[in-house]
Amino acid sequence: MTPRDTSVLPSVLQKRSGELLDAWIAHQTSADGYRPDLMADAELRDQSRELLASASAAVSAGGLESPTHPSWQATRQLLGSIAESRATAGFAPTATATFVLSLKQPIFEALRKDVQNPERLADELWNATTLIDRLALQTMESTLEARERVIARQHEDMLELSTPVVKLWDGILALPMIGTLDSARTQVVMESLLQRIVETGAEVAIIDITGVPTVDTLVAQHLIKTVTAARLMGADCIISGIRPQIAATIVHLGVDLSEVATKSTLADAFRLALARTGHSLGRAPARERR
Amino acid sequence: MERIPILKMGEFLLVTIQVDMHDRLAMQLQDDLTDRISATGARGVLIDISALEMVDSFIGRMIANIAAMARILDAQTVVTGMQPAVAITLVELGLTLTGVRTALNVERGMTLLRSLLDEADGVAHDAIADREDADVGAEE
Amino acid sequence: MSVLKNDLMPVRTANDIVVVRQHVRALAIELGFSLVDQTKMVTAASELARNTLAHGGGGTARIEVVAANARRGLKMTFEDRGKGIADLELAMRDGYSTGGGLGLGLSGTRRLMNEFELQSKPGEGTRVSATRWK
Repeated sequence: MTPRDTSVLPSVLQKRSGELLDAWIAHQTSADGYRPDLMADAELRDQSRELLASASAAVSAGGLESPTHPSWQATRQLLGSIAESRATAGFAPTATATFVLSLKQPIFEALRKDVQNPERLADELWNATTLIDRLALQTMESTLEARERVIARQHEDMLELSTPVVKLWDGILALPMIGTLDSARTQVVMESLLQRIVETGAEVAIIDITGVPTVDTLVAQHLIKTVTAARLMGADCIISGIRPQIAATIVHLGVDLSEVATKSTLADAFRLALARTGHSLGRAPARERR
Repeated sequence: MERIPILKMGEFLLVTIQVDMHDRLAMQLQDDLTDRISATGARGVLIDISALEMVDSFIGRMIANIAAMARILDAQTVVTGMQPAVAITLVELGLTLTGVRTALNVERGMTLLRSLLDEADGVAHDAIADREDADVGAEE
Repeated sequence: MSVLKNDLMPVRTANDIVVVRQHVRALAIELGFSLVDQTKMVTAASELARNTLAHGGGGTARIEVVAANARRGLKMTFEDRGKGIADLELAMRDGYSTGGGLGLGLSGTRRLMNEFELQSKPGEGTRVSATRWK
């Protein structure tokens, strides 16, 4: 709309920064979404001051021309961290949006004081609206991104928690898998198994799939890849608990398990693992047992 | 020219690869190692790659070649310390280094080398008729 | 798909392969890829760069940070003006090789990446691009 060299918005933002900040804070603390329990007033003031200064700098550097103008870079980052900290603190998205939108009225009032010509005033109000809209949209985007990051992190945590790698004996790890295996879960679990092999120096790892109802080609291939990768690292894998139906599926799918040690039960696999690591298992004579 | 050092420890040769190897360096190592095996009469080679962040088909082939050549020169090769991410990538790439023995770390690698040697020497004392079976066993 | 970053690097010597690898590693870390994904991409870059050098007689590597559908990714394009590939299908098969290698370069690399595209004409050169999304 108005070319920036004729807009007074940058100079108004700079000249009246102190009173704008006070008016904005007053608006925020009297608004419905005001939550002094979630954020201390001092922090609120800091956030507001930083954002106002950053937006003012962006506008002075020509930011009104377009939303992709490089002068917005710093403001965008600031809004990103504000959105993230507010999302973590438990603010509703509307509260975060209100935080930015409540800056509109103070700026309008400031412009009204400085611009007398009604036509000019209309232009400047439009400029101010553009600015606020831009900030609000960016805030919404940052808020959504922050939420997505939280969800992705939780999803990862859940994947890792869902199948723990346990140590059975010196040098022997077991991975008891339970529930339906999809490709993504198998991959995460297998990566964490290999990582644990390095951390513990385990020579043998048992992958027990007793609790797995079905195995498809992709999952079977992931299993074989894991066994092969473990071998490259210098550890042996044993797969145990293959149910008859799964054995049939594996053969039917044409997956070759001949290179992989398989045992029908975890106990058998454990016995084999002990033998491979040089341990022997036997009952003590009766008189020593008591 | 830049070279990867080869250490001699008793009847074993020890190599630790710690740099991002370019192709010439890998070829050089392959040549140096076979030279050293025949010069010193070493019976075992241990290659530690725990510091390697990547093994592509070129380096993989070099490792397989070293193991194959060493075998002809009557030495066993053990590769130690391959990182999980590297192992996963190699498998995905389709390279499984068949015929290369592996161990989790240098210490385990030395133990494995010694037991491979004992196995090989045990064969030498036995009747010649047994040799074929035992050789197959040592290769697997 | 939008391009956020674009670097063009030469692939003329064996040492250039190392430089391309290190550049891909640095960008992959910057984009927040997991260690396994980083390793896959670095290995793919190494394979493709070596192809460009060995079969194409040298060329260029273009490493880009791209974005599409709110996801970011790393795209690498290797281009040469070498003798080209006559049978693309055959070249993509496991075990096929003309360079005395294991024949895992192209087919194996495709498995390391999410997207893979091979264009080549005999006598005109080869262009391979591969992308992995975060």
